[in-house]
Amino acid sequence: MTEALLPSSPVAGGAVGRRRRSRWVEHSILPGFPLALGITLTYLGAIVVLPLIALAIRPWELGVHGVWHALTDDRVAAALKLSFGLSAIAALVNAPLGLLLAWTLTRYEFPGRRILDALVDLPFALPTAVAGIALTAIYAPNGPLGSLFAKVGIKTAFSPIGIFIALVFIGLPFVVRALQPVMQDLDHEVEEAAQTLGANSFQRAIHVVLPAIAPSLISGVSLAFARAVGEYGSVVFIAGNLPMKTEIAPLLIVIKLEQYDYAGAAAVGLAMVAISFGTLIVINTAQIFLARRGRR
Amino acid sequence: MNFQLPADTDVPAANGSSDLSLEISGITKSYGGKYPALKGVSLQAKDKEFLALLGPSGSGKTTLLRVLAGLEQPDAGEVRFGGEDFLALPVRRRRVGMVFQHYALFRHMTVAQNIAFGLTVRPRAERPAKSEIADRVADLLSLVQLEDLGKRYPAQLSGGQRQRVALARALAIEPRMLLLDEPFGALDAQVRRELRRWLRELHDRAGVTTVFVTHDQEEALDLADRVAIMKDGELVQLGTPNEVYENPADPFVYDFLGAACRMPGVVDGNRLLVADWESKAPKGAPQGPVEVYFRPDEVAFGPLDGAGLGAEVKAVAQRGPDVRIECLIEGQVFELEAHGPTLPNGVAPGLSLRVKPLRPRVYPRPAAGEETPAA
Amino acid sequence: MTAAANVPASSRIRLPGIAILLVLASTAVMALLVLLPLFIVFHDAFAKGVKTYVEAIREPDALAAIRLTLLVASISVPLNAVFGVAAAWCIAKFEFRGKSVLLTLIDLPFSISPVVSGLVWVLLFGAQGWFGTWLIDHDIKIIFATTGLVLATILVTFPFVARELIPLMQDQGQDEEAAALTLGAGGFTTFWKITIPNIKWALMYGVLLCNARAMGEFGAVSVVSGHIRGLTTTLPLHVEVLYNDYDFVGAFAAASLLASLGLVTLVLKTALEWRHSGELSATRRH
Repeated sequence: MTEALLPSSPVAGGAVGRRRRSRWVEHSILPGFPLALGITLTYLGAIVVLPLIALAIRPWELGVHGVWHALTDDRVAAALKLSFGLSAIAALVNAPLGLLLAWTLTRYEFPGRRILDALVDLPFALPTAVAGIALTAIYAPNGPLGSLFAKVGIKTAFSPIGIFIALVFIGLPFVVRALQPVMQDLDHEVEEAAQTLGANSFQRAIHVVLPAIAPSLISGVSLAFARAVGEYGSVVFIAGNLPMKTEIAPLLIVIKLEQYDYAGAAAVGLAMVAISFGTLIVINTAQIFLARRGRR
Repeated sequence: MNFQLPADTDVPAANGSSDLSLEISGITKSYGGKYPALKGVSLQAKDKEFLALLGPSGSGKTTLLRVLAGLEQPDAGEVRFGGEDFLALPVRRRRVGMVFQHYALFRHMTVAQNIAFGLTVRPRAERPAKSEIADRVADLLSLVQLEDLGKRYPAQLSGGQRQRVALARALAIEPRMLLLDEPFGALDAQVRRELRRWLRELHDRAGVTTVFVTHDQEEALDLADRVAIMKDGELVQLGTPNEVYENPADPFVYDFLGAACRMPGVVDGNRLLVADWESKAPKGAPQGPVEVYFRPDEVAFGPLDGAGLGAEVKAVAQRGPDVRIECLIEGQVFELEAHGPTLPNGVAPGLSLRVKPLRPRVYPRPAAGEETPAA
Repeated sequence: MTAAANVPASSRIRLPGIAILLVLASTAVMALLVLLPLFIVFHDAFAKGVKTYVEAIREPDALAAIRLTLLVASISVPLNAVFGVAAAWCIAKFEFRGKSVLLTLIDLPFSISPVVSGLVWVLLFGAQGWFGTWLIDHDIKIIFATTGLVLATILVTFPFVARELIPLMQDQGQDEEAAALTLGAGGFTTFWKITIPNIKWALMYGVLLCNARAMGEFGAVSVVSGHIRGLTTTLPLHVEVLYNDYDFVGAFAAASLLASLGLVTLVLKTALEWRHSGELSATRRH
């Protein structure tokens, strides 16, 4: 990107004053900056910042102790544990699944490959409520797959397993799409070098390909995780929603709101946001660490 | 491909009036307050002159060009063009035709639309009629010899073709000054050479002041009326190609403009002493310890009992009409060139002979710790 | 160029057995996990025949839900598009401090639960929200009304357009705009004639994704809606209402409309990726 940077006063009308330097923004000869920035800041301020401030402040109505009690309450704790726990497992399961799909789609040619590739986005394009009732229909005791599991004595719908399945469904595209560009851009000369040095395809996969895609894999998994934690529509139908057992945290927020417990709902919401951010920061740091190692 | 300007086509002339000379004084610019791109550069370009800004990357030549175009604002300094305070004008009022290094053609417009752009965006009052615009575009297309490509899109053209479209687009607005930022940089050598001649002819016909940025000294010396050599944001030398080549102002310029051989020496009175060679010092040479520069193809070879530097031939290779002779002189290896008559018979590896620089140039030796550009 | 083309030929030919295994495994995963739900939606929607299906769709509450969904989308998506262009323009073409803060804010909705995206509006405008009393005094309804639905939808969907445009405009740089300025074009002309044509496909792509998400959003609107049938239920909410009433055919019929929307989005998205990949941001090219 060319850098047409110059310190000068804003371009207003036609005259250009030359020597006033603005420290905050390096002005360019392109016009429209004040307008564009104005729109952006207003929009973000009204849509994102203001609501977030409300979220950050509201729980403290209860006082610090109140918030603590609200969050360590058995029901809330169970819901948080359920949401974060199952999301983590689902995201981790999406890693090999996503890897399988990304590998197959980028490395092999076969009839229908393009269609399969397009379908990977379906869980992302499908409205969540639709996914929710569809998955419930499949895994309910009288559904096509649910009945199979029931025969073996496993309850899928209305149990944590059902939630888990729904979370895997919606997380899959994130992992696959994070991996594909990187896998396509892999330098095949490095692999060929490994070949000439005697590595078989399995060794090449483990020692050459995997380390190269590790950062994207982590990125995809963390995106899947973040999505799963907050997921509502796909999960709330198949979950069963029994407090302490199959109640996800987002549902708890809805219930508290219906009871007009705004502060309690905000507390749970704030906790979710905080934990998600914390996890993302940890993951990002791990990624940077990995990437730096690879560059040495 | 042979680029010939059609004899009968008119090149849009600049606003025919007065003396459009360019005066740049004391232009200073740093980026982010830290990186100084230009340090008080001053120079003049005469009306209708073809001026080349020549220098290595980081010399500030492109920055200076962009200041002229209005794409950058300097921190200090003045630019006067045709007597006007140029810096006070915003980009779009300067009527400067700029050709970018990577063409910057509008990818979503056809060639014809690209060329017409400068005319179509003029305010109603000044805008020519549609038919007139179409005529001008046609004239320009034939001028740059792309008559049948008006309906094509930039992506469908070769690099050389795109560059010609960029030039036509800049000429369409009848610019008062033409600015070219390494316009041939992205083209292959053959196309470069051909376009060079063509560009010069275009300039002569159009009679427009042109400032041309390049890092290729051959190009600058070939094309320009005068060359401004820049280094590290400063103007090092300004003169005609002949002047700068024959009388480089300092070792950097000498080295930049061609292959250079360098040896330490001493000037004592009117004698120049270099290793075991003593000769008459060139006129105006500084006294005391000096660096002696000479061109590898401006040497004479002679027998050991003659005058010159004692050398041992290490290798000899025929390269077309020239012969490359690798010599060891005072512990340094030099790759020298000989043409026909100056090549003594029997030159072969192992032979000891005398090498006499024919036109040495002498510069004061920098004090310890200062840098000399590597030869 | 197909994606597999840049894989060394040697690894494509060798071990065809593994390749077949992997391809079959992938297809099985996709079929079970992704295709089956899609199939079930349509299967259960038509479980009681075409006539029942059509009746379910034409039921007044369903039609009202469809209209409301369209209304909310037709307000949210254009607003988000304007924002996306403005944000991309200042982020991609200018240098200033605080850019990374803006980028974080833009990415935010992707990291918070849609329920939280609805919750925050209730905290602001609900009966016990910050502005709750003021709104009641002035007889303005935001929560449990269309405005609330629009706000919740905007919060969830505004990043889509911006995220498509920013990397692309950064890639394209400023040269063409700079050239236009030297040729005498004004600011607005440059924007309209040079910038917009260069981003039009990415803009369309972003609008497509934004729209799909806006029409299909469930969690956020569920919180602000009040679930008043015929008044504040969008189509996804209508699906929930019917499902909870055990009207499965109705629910799946409504769901089938949304699923069709998803499929159309998928088709258009893929078409854009195949035919105009050069004009989309690098991550979208296959």
